[in-house]
Amino acid sequence: MLQKTIMSGIGGQGILFSGLCLAWTAMLEGHHVTYLPSYGAEMRGGVASCTIAISDEEIASPVASSPDYLVVMDNESLLRLQNQSASGGEIFINSSIVTDRPGRGDVELVEIPVNELAISTVGEQYANMVMLGAFVNRTHQVKFSTMIDKMDIILGKSKVKFKDKNIEALKVGYEYFQKEK
Amino acid sequence: MNKTEKVLMKGTDAIGEAAIQAGCKCYFGYPITPQNEIPEYMSRRMEEVGGVFLQGESEIASINMVLGAAASGARAMTSSSSPGISLKQEGLSFLASLELPAVIVNINRGGPGLGNIAPSQGDYYQATRGGGHGDYRMPVYAPASVQELYDITMKCFDIADIYRSPVMILGDGMMGQIVEPVILHGREDIELPPKDYILDGAAGRPSRIVKSLILDVRLMEEHNWKLKRKYDLMKRDLPLHEEFMTEDAKMIVVAYGTAARIAKGAVKRVRASGFQVGLIRPITLWPFPDEAIVTLTKKAKLILVFEMSTGQMIDDVRLATRGKVDCEFYGRPGGVVAAPQEISRIIERHWLQWELS
Amino acid sequence: MKKVFTRPKCLKPAPFHYCPGCGHSIIHRLVAELIDEMDIRGKTICIPPAGCAVLAYNYFDIDTCESAHGRGCAIATGFKRALPDRIIFTYQGDGDMAAIGTAETIHAANRGEIITSIFVNNAVYGMTGGQMAPTTMLGQKTTTSPYGRRSKVEGYPLKITDLIAQLPGAAYVARTSVATPAKVMATKKALKRAFEIQILGSGYTLVEVLSPCPTNWKVSPKEAFKFLEEIMEKEYPLGVFKDITKTKES
Repeated sequence: MLQKTIMSGIGGQGILFSGLCLAWTAMLEGHHVTYLPSYGAEMRGGVASCTIAISDEEIASPVASSPDYLVVMDNESLLRLQNQSASGGEIFINSSIVTDRPGRGDVELVEIPVNELAISTVGEQYANMVMLGAFVNRTHQVKFSTMIDKMDIILGKSKVKFKDKNIEALKVGYEYFQKEK
Repeated sequence: MNKTEKVLMKGTDAIGEAAIQAGCKCYFGYPITPQNEIPEYMSRRMEEVGGVFLQGESEIASINMVLGAAASGARAMTSSSSPGISLKQEGLSFLASLELPAVIVNINRGGPGLGNIAPSQGDYYQATRGGGHGDYRMPVYAPASVQELYDITMKCFDIADIYRSPVMILGDGMMGQIVEPVILHGREDIELPPKDYILDGAAGRPSRIVKSLILDVRLMEEHNWKLKRKYDLMKRDLPLHEEFMTEDAKMIVVAYGTAARIAKGAVKRVRASGFQVGLIRPITLWPFPDEAIVTLTKKAKLILVFEMSTGQMIDDVRLATRGKVDCEFYGRPGGVVAAPQEISRIIERHWLQWELS
Repeated sequence: MKKVFTRPKCLKPAPFHYCPGCGHSIIHRLVAELIDEMDIRGKTICIPPAGCAVLAYNYFDIDTCESAHGRGCAIATGFKRALPDRIIFTYQGDGDMAAIGTAETIHAANRGEIITSIFVNNAVYGMTGGQMAPTTMLGQKTTTSPYGRRSKVEGYPLKITDLIAQLPGAAYVARTSVATPAKVMATKKALKRAFEIQILGSGYTLVEVLSPCPTNWKVSPKEAFKFLEEIMEKEYPLGVFKDITKTKES
């Protein structure tokens, strides 16, 4: 099983970190994983996106020409990436900010108002982690419990003081779909 | 750090950490994308381990700083990308002639000229055919994953000392940026030849000279043959390669580095459809694994060389097989990263055109 | 309604890719205005750097020649020696002028090459992500001086402009800043003087323009301009260090 995800947003939204969280968790669960960040030419306000590939076997290419999953945190990212999605794939949309919707009918849309959810709970700067929690719930690429348990390792010494907020944000996203069921 | 557990690390950082673990005492370099993370990593870590980090005023200055450090007996390293490696060629020629150990990392980007910052394999000729002036050779290693970047970087310091030679690690812009699991194992202690050539002050011993100027042509000839004998030893001991599904292969793909990684995925795909295709991945580009190529392609009807260039390694494949096996070429130069699906289609096309079934 | 401001003809209608608060946008406009006012578009050639302004040819609507990092002054020399009646200027950053290009810069000045160098000094390597530059100040943290620049390890900020002002081949050497509107106007005046002296054929002209880099200084654009005026200008004092037309030797 090889699954590729592209996460994209504006520099500063924490997209690269959410991607790293996913990659770390997948690695700690014993999967093969590659993580490839990419930045726009502008250093501020530019695009930040990352590709995460998770597999049972050696990964040939870390690049996703047609990702199974797409996570878009801002409108520009949706416009830029929507046509790349694999047919039958899923596009996770931050409905708090993204106003457009994909024109194609062969992908499943998963809409989550992560900014609003974050504002009403842990704080807006954790919107990326809310999205990640929801993403893990829906895609089951990794176990949610692993991500929570290993958050110390993932955050590293300099950021471990933010552990509780990150976990809380993840739970908010994760439980968003539990409630819907 | 726990050296048996996996951590996620970026390719460029893995190179830096491997150097530190291998006892690299001096790093000299200059910023150029896509390898800036190497000097940045070293600027932080060298301070922590009491080594030397200095950002030279240029790539030329940096390779010459490496030369000085190497001549003093320190393990020294520099890194750059394509245009910067062009600047270092004079220094490489000197290091080779002076028989000084050094590790040089090239994170190949698109070219020629200013090019771009995307991954490419256009520097193969520059790396393996000398690049610098004069009759010298230089071991060139081509890793294909972050773990290999780590392992090979660490090993290259030993190779450099054992053979008293500059050694190059040829990565590319993709490999430098990938973040993958890696085990940061320590360095295996091996016996190294004594450094009886270094300059550290002639206290209690005769003075030594480090020079490459040899005006007497007879002496120069002998020096060239001496280097050649060393290179012959390298050719005997150093060739390294990986083979994948070659046992019953009628067609063999030859690729290195990131291209090999992609090609492996393509080979898996076509095997699943029943095509008998295998892969040979040279790990040393110089010395080229000639023997392995000859042995493994004896039963093959066709070789397909895939490079992220317009075709450079293919020369070495043709030389190795002496034209006895037909060679086709597929290339994506300029920084384009092909998907495994694309390569599998090319493999299938050649299979059908050559009627290999 | 009276039109009081318009895009200079020599500036292509392309949106700048420079970061918010970057000095390049201001300096590009000044250069373009100058070329318009002096009516020299048809005889001017620009040599951009390897640096954030590498894409200057997307903005200047004049003949432009790319240069390998640091070689601008040598390429400019080639142009000027072959076409002595054209106006040749290099537009370079810290690395180009004062690190890898030190030899080319000093020797062009020493030969009195009749070219102009516009040296944009922001004390850091911008395009490659914020590494230390020869002009980085003591204590300044960059990605390759993570502990702050230390004189014992990394030496001192290099005042290449001051060095060049000592050379007999240099005809006009000035340092300006874009920290305030008044200083922006002074920059334009200095650039104009440099071009005029090139036209007179008196020798090498250099204008160093202190410029902010909010992204790699890791501050807001507003703070960057403050830093420029309060800190950088103290380290790199503004002024005209040499003007050959104002001395007895011409």
